[in-house]
Amino acid sequence: MKPQAAARPVSPVRERRLGAFVFLAPGLVYLVVLMLVPLALVLSNVFFQRGRFGGLVYEFTTENFTRLIDPLYLGVVGDSLKIAAVTTLIALLLGYPTAYLIAQLPPKWKTIALVAIVLPFWTNFIIRVYAWIILLNGQGLINSGLKVFGLDPLELLYTDGAVVTGLLYSYLPLMVLPLYAAIDKLDPQLREASANLGASPLTTFRKVTLPLTVPGVLTGSLFVFVPSFGNFVIPEMLGGGKSIMVGNLIRTEFLKARDWPFGSALATALVVVLVLLLIAQARAARRA
Amino acid sequence: MRRSRLLHVPFWFTYFFLYAPIVVLVMMSFNSGKSAYTYEGFSLKWYGVLAQDKKVMEGLVNTLVVAVGSTVIATVLGTLLAVGLARYTRSKTLDAFALMPAVLPDLVLAIGLLVFYGLVQFTLGLYSVILAHGVFAMAFVAAVVRTRLAGADTSLEEASRDLGAGPVTTFVKVTLPQLAPGIVAGALLAFTLSLDEFVIAFFTIGNLEQTLPIVIYSMIRFGVTPEINALGTILLLVSFTAVIVGQRLTKIGESRAQD
Repeated sequence: MKPQAAARPVSPVRERRLGAFVFLAPGLVYLVVLMLVPLALVLSNVFFQRGRFGGLVYEFTTENFTRLIDPLYLGVVGDSLKIAAVTTLIALLLGYPTAYLIAQLPPKWKTIALVAIVLPFWTNFIIRVYAWIILLNGQGLINSGLKVFGLDPLELLYTDGAVVTGLLYSYLPLMVLPLYAAIDKLDPQLREASANLGASPLTTFRKVTLPLTVPGVLTGSLFVFVPSFGNFVIPEMLGGGKSIMVGNLIRTEFLKARDWPFGSALATALVVVLVLLLIAQARAARRA
Repeated sequence: MRRSRLLHVPFWFTYFFLYAPIVVLVMMSFNSGKSAYTYEGFSLKWYGVLAQDKKVMEGLVNTLVVAVGSTVIATVLGTLLAVGLARYTRSKTLDAFALMPAVLPDLVLAIGLLVFYGLVQFTLGLYSVILAHGVFAMAFVAAVVRTRLAGADTSLEEASRDLGAGPVTTFVKVTLPQLAPGIVAGALLAFTLSLDEFVIAFFTIGNLEQTLPIVIYSMIRFGVTPEINALGTILLLVSFTAVIVGQRLTKIGESRAQD
């Protein structure tokens, strides 16, 4: 008995089509139904009115857009951009030297140093944020330390600084990894050549190392900026009620105020900002 | 030399910054006192309190159910998708589309799914979270398996076909075993991501059930106790072990592939 497939050979073209269908269709259908359709719903919600008890009333309106450019909400978007930008900048200032030194380590230590960077990233996100509540609280470790030295306690928790610290703590590994990948690829002979030709270490860094690692800088910055900008958990847990970011507004509109159309408008604004950033990053990377 | 010394400051600060909170968290879990802020003495009592906590145990079971369910979906669909993308199409758009859930802000996917489930009247609960986690987990599995496919040798598959094996046999007996380390690594990644995921679960689980991260989140809102530290310490231990095992597995896979 021969297997059926051998008895009745399928033409290669038909087999390819069948293969493409069997392999691609399940995953793509899943993504269309559970990602693309939901996204399209969010985008189309923007044009409708809110229902009295949540949900939607399918009547066209542009009210959600006019509310979006209200200075109150634009201010929140601006604050979110600022907090995410500060976080990204500090991550870059800490991450670059760290990645640079990791790249100089002997291979065995390199692996250990890299695993040590990612390890905290794989632990529970909420627990990582919680750890900072313990540290920053009025009776927390940092303030207890200050008291030992006879200093007045500082208000650390529920400040913008606490939010930036929490975001930095959560996403710093995402900065270090692409930077490391970019720096590790560099040919050390380039730096030697630059030094041999009389350039100071600073000039070598400015003219050789930094320009060649720009793609890494851009990727890392994007990896930190994107999750920071859209965050709502960290501003809520570490920022208290004071520090509101776009994410908090979206969360409130959806789960508390039950104004889905306006929540969707805010989410659309979030996506638009991120898409613009992605385009800017791709352009900058091509130029580098 | 002085310059490179100067670089050591941010280098060591980064590691101090990453690990100091973890050390404090673990230390305070052994506190005999009631406060998560002031250490009074060594005790394991908070681990006992934790073991008796019904809400935590329920949350843990729910989290595991969600993680297993979404990992199964993500591993099967993600592997198929990776093979399909590598072998049956050259479309860059499809490539980007398959990666999209990994770059999409979790909050946007979360509200999108909430609206979608509402529209099709899908009851919120563990199933809705499983399906939701499947979305981003699949993207990660597909990405990991694809990197493995890029290094895979197609001549083995061709040889299998030339020797008379059908496409299904070839896939099961030749392609899959070659991809196995990638699939395992992808599944492990999907599982860990789902265990940890908060935002999407928070929006799509409804009011009746809670996953562990949601339980922790509501515990923190009611007040800070060493019990949360004890739970955090256990979770740290679990994820550290998973990362190290994963690291080993990929290494074994790599050295086998080189043989």
